[in-house]
Amino acid sequence: MPRLMYMSDWDGRRWHDMGGQDAGPVPMDGHDFALWEKRIDALMVLCGQKGLFTVDGLRRALEDMGEEAFETMSYYERWIAAVNQNLIEAGAYSLEELAGRMDEVAQRGPTYGEAQGDG
Amino acid sequence: MPHDHHDHDHVHPEGLSPSGHPYRTDNDAPLSYWQRMEIAVRELLVEKGHVTPAEIAAQIDAMDARSPANGAAVVARAWTDPAFKARLLENASEASREMGFDIGPLHLIAVENTQDTHNLIVCTLCSCYPRNLLGLPPDWYKTRAYRSRAVREPRAVLREFGLDLPDHVTVRVHDSTADMRYIVLPARARGTDGMTEAELTALVTRDSMIGTGVPRQP
Repeated sequence: MPRLMYMSDWDGRRWHDMGGQDAGPVPMDGHDFALWEKRIDALMVLCGQKGLFTVDGLRRALEDMGEEAFETMSYYERWIAAVNQNLIEAGAYSLEELAGRMDEVAQRGPTYGEAQGDG
Repeated sequence: MPHDHHDHDHVHPEGLSPSGHPYRTDNDAPLSYWQRMEIAVRELLVEKGHVTPAEIAAQIDAMDARSPANGAAVVARAWTDPAFKARLLENASEASREMGFDIGPLHLIAVENTQDTHNLIVCTLCSCYPRNLLGLPPDWYKTRAYRSRAVREPRAVLREFGLDLPDHVTVRVHDSTADMRYIVLPARARGTDGMTEAELTALVTRDSMIGTGVPRQP
């Protein structure tokens, strides 16, 4: 059971369980949320209200993305990835439908403003 | 570039949005992969009948309407109405609903700052925050630095926010979860005895309800 050997070196934490770890100064810079970020937040709330998935499902997907995603993707980038994963799992649409639509969106124009649709 | 102009006439005089966040620069950067995913997911959900554009717009409006002013109203009421304060400390979800704020199903707990106790809230695991009363969390609340250090060296973290607490003040740190969230009831400043509830509301800052600050002095 080699996995148990690895487990013996494990401190019991997954990457997101960061309370009490060493870290640098708190970065104080912030930003107001862009429309695409607010839309992702709204989709998460609505999907929860409609029973498509739960906040636990969101967190499970976020935590499974791992530390590299936390360091390289923005907050709402991680959220849309997690929302999408849960929706695929729930059967709300297929991967093929998603890929096709993302390609189509890319054809609409080079900026979010041109590609965003009217929803 | 179709959008090389930069209008800033929407900037609030203090450089902050109504929800208390600094404005970001114009959103005319090249369309990103994740933005494409957001557009595609949203359109597919609408086409499949799961959500309507009106529901999404209404949800964004509700989000934009939530700001630290909601929490400040609750705090000022607690400062001026002892019976309300008792109900708030007993059950903050119910007391907030009493004032007309939608708290959803979550369990909200108000923790009271006094002369000898200072409370600080954090979510070490993710970004849980009393968003129904304060709006969306500031970016620093979601950073590795704040999440990691707030529970281990809160006094050092508070000093970075400009708050240097005397040694005799006990610091209590509260770690939130998705279902159970905290809000700090800051201590009412001295010299505010004659002020009305509305005047007091203006003294309550976002950070004073997170615990990384204290209310403004009159």
